[in-house]
Amino acid sequence: MSNAKERMVVRAARELQPGMVVNLGIGLPTKVVNHLPADFPVCLHTENGLAGIGPTLPSDQANRNLIDAGGAYVSTIPGSAFFDSATSFALVRSGRLDLTMLGAFEVAANGDLANWKIPGKFSPGVGGGIELAQKAQRVAVLTTHTDRAGNPKLKERCSLPLTAQACVARIFTDMAVIDVEANGFTLVETAQGVSVAEIIDATGAALRVPDTELPKF
Amino acid sequence: MKLPDKQSSIEEAIIHVKDGDTVMLGGFGVPGTPFALIRALVQHGARNLTIVKNDANEPNMGVDHLLQSGLVARLITTHLGLNAHAIGLMNSGQIDVEFNAQGILAERIRAGGAGLGGFLSDIGIGTELAEGKQVIEQGGKTYLVEPALRADVALLHADRADSFGNLAYVATARNFNPLMAMAADCVIAEAEAVFPLGGLAADDIHTSGVFVDHVAKLGALSKEYAVVQR
Repeated sequence: MSNAKERMVVRAARELQPGMVVNLGIGLPTKVVNHLPADFPVCLHTENGLAGIGPTLPSDQANRNLIDAGGAYVSTIPGSAFFDSATSFALVRSGRLDLTMLGAFEVAANGDLANWKIPGKFSPGVGGGIELAQKAQRVAVLTTHTDRAGNPKLKERCSLPLTAQACVARIFTDMAVIDVEANGFTLVETAQGVSVAEIIDATGAALRVPDTELPKF
Repeated sequence: MKLPDKQSSIEEAIIHVKDGDTVMLGGFGVPGTPFALIRALVQHGARNLTIVKNDANEPNMGVDHLLQSGLVARLITTHLGLNAHAIGLMNSGQIDVEFNAQGILAERIRAGGAGLGGFLSDIGIGTELAEGKQVIEQGGKTYLVEPALRADVALLHADRADSFGNLAYVATARNFNPLMAMAADCVIAEAEAVFPLGGLAADDIHTSGVFVDHVAKLGALSKEYAVVQR
C-alpha cells in the first residue's frame, strides 16, 4: 500500500467510536481494523453471520468453517455470536449497524454511491452491499480520490448503476476527508503534502472549502 | 414413541432431484456448501436446473462442477465475484443469472419456508434491482414486493445430525442452510457426524428434523472442504 493510502486507512480508523457496531466492506475498509488498539471496544459484523470478528488468521491456523464475507479466514473473540443469513440482514436492515465503511467507483455530491457494477466490464453481483449502504446509520467511503486513469471518483452525479441513493456521509481518500452535506461536498481535512487546489482539481464536483484552517492527516 | 429414522446414503438421496428442478444449495463460499451432495448431483445428471445459492463458489469447486457439466439453466444468487467461469457463462448467455441483494435472497427463502407469499422491503429502491418489481404503499412508505422463494429440493451441509434429521451447524457454515431447510419440498442434508437419537441435545439443535427428509453421513471429507490456499 502506498503511504498516502496507508494514511487514509489510519485516518479512517479514527472514525470508529467506542461501543459501535461496524461492518467493514471488502478491500481497503477491512484494513482499517489493523489500526485499532487490540482492546478497542467495538463489535465488527460480517454479512455471512458473525458479530464479534476476531483477528484474521494465516491459512495454517485457519478454521475451514470460519470466514468473513470477503473470504478471509477470521476468528472469534470472547462474546462472538454466529447466526444465519436472514438474521444477519435483519441486523443490517433494522439499523443496528452504527457505521459501515465501503469502497466506491463513484460518489455523487448528493451522497449517491455506485460501487457494484460497471456495465460490460464488471458485474459480479451486489452481494450485501445495497443493504449496508442503504441501512447503516452512517456510511463512510474509503477510496482513492481518482481512478487509475486519473478521473475523479467524486462527481456531480454518478454515471454507473447506483448501489444506494443519498447514503454517503463522509469520504476518506488519499488526498482528503470530505463530507457530503445538504449543499454538496465540503472539505474537512487534507492529506499531508496535498494542496487545496490539487484537491479541487481532482474532484469532479463543486467543493466547499471552509475559511478556517483545516486539519491535516 | 420413537422418532423416525431418515438416514440414507448420498447416492440414494440425490435421485430425488429431477430434470427442471429448482435446487437450493447451502453455503457462503466454502463453509456450509454441500460439496459431496453436489458431486453426487453431477453424477446423477439431472438437467435444466435452477440453482439457488449465495455464490457460485470458485472455479473447479462446488457449484462450478454443475456449471461445467452443463446442468444449470438458471442461477439465483447474490455474488459471483470469486468465480470468473460463472461470470463468463452469464456474459455469454449460457446461463441466466438473477442477482438478489443478499439479505433479500435470505429473507425470500425464509418467507418461502415460513408459509408466506412474500414480504415488503425498501431495499434497492432507486436502483436497477428495483426494476420490474411491484410497488406498494404501506403506512405512508413505499415498498417493493419481494416474492417468497421455494425449491423442489434443498441440499444442505451440517456439522452434526441425528438419525431423525435434526441438524446443527458450526461457525459461519450456518449461513443459508437453516433457511433453505425450511423452504424445499425435499430436504437432503449431509453431515460430518450422524448420531443416534439423543446424540444431539434438544437445546443444541439449529434445524428440527421435521424439516429434513433425508440425512446422509459424510465419509472422509474431500479437499473442497478444506481451507482454501490462495
